[in-house]
Amino acid sequence: MLSIKDLSVAFKTRKGEVNAVRGISLDVAKGKTLGIVGESGSGKSVTSYALMRILDAGGEIRTGEVVYGGIDLRAASEKDMRDIRGREISMIFQNPRAALNPIRRVGHQVEDVLIRHAQATRQDAKAKAIAALEAVKINDAAARYDAYPFELSGGMCQRIVIAIALACKPQLLIADEPTTGLDITTQKAVMDLVGDLARERGMGMILITHDLGLASQYCDRIVVMKDGLIVEEGDPQKLFTDPQHAYTRKLVDATPRVGASIRNLLPPETRTAEPAHKVHDRPLLEVRDLVKTYPGKSGPVQAVKSISFQIKSGQSLGLVGESGSGKSTTSEMVVRLQDPTSGNILFDGQDIAATPSARFMRHPMRGEIQMVFQDATDSLNPRGTAASAIAEPLARIARMRGSKLNARVAELAELVGLPQPLLSRFPHQLSGGQKARVGIARAIALEPKLLILDEPTAALDVSIQAIVLNLLVDLRAQMGMSYLFVSHDLNVVRLLCDEVLVMKHGEIVDRGPTAAVMDNPSHEYTRSLIEAAPQPPNPVAA
Amino acid sequence: MATRSKMILGRVAQAIPVVMGVVVISFLLTRALPGDPAAYFAGPAADEASIAEIRETLGLDKPLFQQFFYYVGDLIRGELGTSLTTGQAVLTDLGARLPASLELTLVALLLSCAIAIPLGVLAATRPGTWVDHLCRVLVTAGVSMPTFFTGILLIYIFYYLAGLAPSPLGRLDFIYLSPPHVTGFYLIDAALAGDWETWLGALKQLILPATTLALFTLAPIARMTRAAMLSALSSDFIRTARAAGLSDRKVLFGYAFRNALLPVVTTLGMVFSFTLGANVLVEKVFAWPGIGSYAVEALVVSDYAAVQGFVLAMALLFVALNLVIDIAYALIDPRIGLN
Repeated sequence: MLSIKDLSVAFKTRKGEVNAVRGISLDVAKGKTLGIVGESGSGKSVTSYALMRILDAGGEIRTGEVVYGGIDLRAASEKDMRDIRGREISMIFQNPRAALNPIRRVGHQVEDVLIRHAQATRQDAKAKAIAALEAVKINDAAARYDAYPFELSGGMCQRIVIAIALACKPQLLIADEPTTGLDITTQKAVMDLVGDLARERGMGMILITHDLGLASQYCDRIVVMKDGLIVEEGDPQKLFTDPQHAYTRKLVDATPRVGASIRNLLPPETRTAEPAHKVHDRPLLEVRDLVKTYPGKSGPVQAVKSISFQIKSGQSLGLVGESGSGKSTTSEMVVRLQDPTSGNILFDGQDIAATPSARFMRHPMRGEIQMVFQDATDSLNPRGTAASAIAEPLARIARMRGSKLNARVAELAELVGLPQPLLSRFPHQLSGGQKARVGIARAIALEPKLLILDEPTAALDVSIQAIVLNLLVDLRAQMGMSYLFVSHDLNVVRLLCDEVLVMKHGEIVDRGPTAAVMDNPSHEYTRSLIEAAPQPPNPVAA
Repeated sequence: MATRSKMILGRVAQAIPVVMGVVVISFLLTRALPGDPAAYFAGPAADEASIAEIRETLGLDKPLFQQFFYYVGDLIRGELGTSLTTGQAVLTDLGARLPASLELTLVALLLSCAIAIPLGVLAATRPGTWVDHLCRVLVTAGVSMPTFFTGILLIYIFYYLAGLAPSPLGRLDFIYLSPPHVTGFYLIDAALAGDWETWLGALKQLILPATTLALFTLAPIARMTRAAMLSALSSDFIRTARAAGLSDRKVLFGYAFRNALLPVVTTLGMVFSFTLGANVLVEKVFAWPGIGSYAVEALVVSDYAAVQGFVLAMALLFVALNLVIDIAYALIDPRIGLN
């Protein structure tokens, strides 16, 4: 149905030309799903924009041909392309909330497409738009018709985006990272929905993702892209069990999965023995009856409802839950960036909740509890160098100055594997993995006893995630730190944590040693989380 | 919808303490002016006794808080006092002059929006082309030329050289009678009276000063429209709209422009307020009987009642303007006021 031959795309930038896609060929058969897997910068999204001819300014198709159902898309007029887009080939995007017009009612946005492609008239547009919303299983579609995107959840917004894409019953759907930024159960619901609709309608699909596990679950064939080239193509099962290309092998290895140890994520040649970390019996952190209530529009909202847990010295505790479960609120209270409504936080026997968060900066224990933030880019001052970011806690809390400070910064960079020349760079000159290392170096600068990690690898490519997770394991063994690891990715938590707490609606619903909870979940919610996580086929041991 | 109208009502209520603050400040500000109004009023030949007598009749010998008390009492009765220079009630003066300034400002803004917004949109959709460059040149020229200079230049060209414009002396040539007072806006009043000859005469007088002001206000509006359109056009939802095959017109106006409107409305509000200030020079050049020239004259002679009235009127105007802009926001963007 769709055939791409020798496609090249180049972008004109200030630094000269960048070849984003360098001669790739692929085919999509009717009713089949093709996965394009690759890490950031591999050219996977650019390929799809090129075939839709919606490349950003400066982007241009250099060579190759794109044929859809006998039509040469490269030669088609812009008018013909507008008829094809949305009618024959549709797209859904990542970050669904941003993909919708923020100030237009979602029902009207569906109508726009229907009317544009003459699938509806002004008279019956509303009824047909509601039908399109019902087709993507939106409850009470007639009421949602009048909603604005900001009034809907992320998963609901993605359903709207899908409704817009599928309203005119296209033959081919391109899904560009459709579940990035969605919760794991929402991800499953969205992917199942798209898969079912594609099957029902006999629709072809291209699934673009960085998640090999997700692709293997939903695709008939997978192509792996790297630096604008296709490095491998084949059956998902076979790609996992018998990857031919070294890069595919690396990706397969780096994908967290059941049965793999944390060192298994790294390429075989760099694997060393996993260092053991020692858990003492003495509790380092004890949280008792912690409650957080926010004043809401319609009455107070209980974000955290009286939870208690403890972390032993040297122990790593995983905190798992979906958005709105209260896991971030809990971690922010423990790190003393937020004040609890009631309850105690005992750290080394001392109630640190008694000191308001605004004054905790001067508390002698400030240096003992540190945090690694979720977004490595946003949590660094864009106008400060890597060195200044790492130096800040040393200068402010430890009052270090001069050559002593510089020596310590260099030492920390060494510890997290950040090459010394990069210290003078600004965040925008660093890669995602390097920024993550800066964030970690800053957090461990004061040798804290407890490190709170808030989804530290959520924004990273899998191969970088593998390296960062292993770094965290090494640092833990070296420095004897305890971790509170907040994540929605159960496979990652399993790799890193001794014990796990599962939170839902501000309550702890399940807890215990990680392996026990994951293998024999006692609570229904834990079971649904584990089932929703994509389970990549286990590769044969290298 | 109910929440939104509630929000608008709430916003109106918020304006009340602002107005009260304005009353206090306008009172204190005028008392802080240098010069003695009693001495001015009494004339150069007056002796100490007559000045004291006048001070007493004006109530200026009373303590400050008592004066304020009288002032507020007068305000409630709708009295703003009498201007020392014109000898008329300040309210009458303002009633005659405020519409003149507003008419000039509004026509200038309409004119400048009509040019600047399409220009900004065009420049944003075709960055780097001649439209973009034209936009940049116009913007630079607009801000770099002072209004009194452009005003005089326009008079020189269109009145002195070409003879197209009428003499730059006020709102209406002396051969016309001013239209019956309804709103104070000559264009509207003349139209209401069906007197199209006067309407045309008023328009002719208005064109040059309005153009002068429009040239000045063009720059920020065009710039902001261009920047807002550029950022709106690079949003994710524009990509969604394009991928759904929506027409260029729909993408540009239905999706991008409405989202770009918010910063443009903000700028419009700011431009409106500084145009009222910039009016003074234009009013002087074109002998326009507006509120700006009135205030300057009053200020020079410490005519405190007139200055006080002017400050109060302007402040109320700004409060109203901000109110209108906030409500416009709420109408454009459903997200506002709910989070």
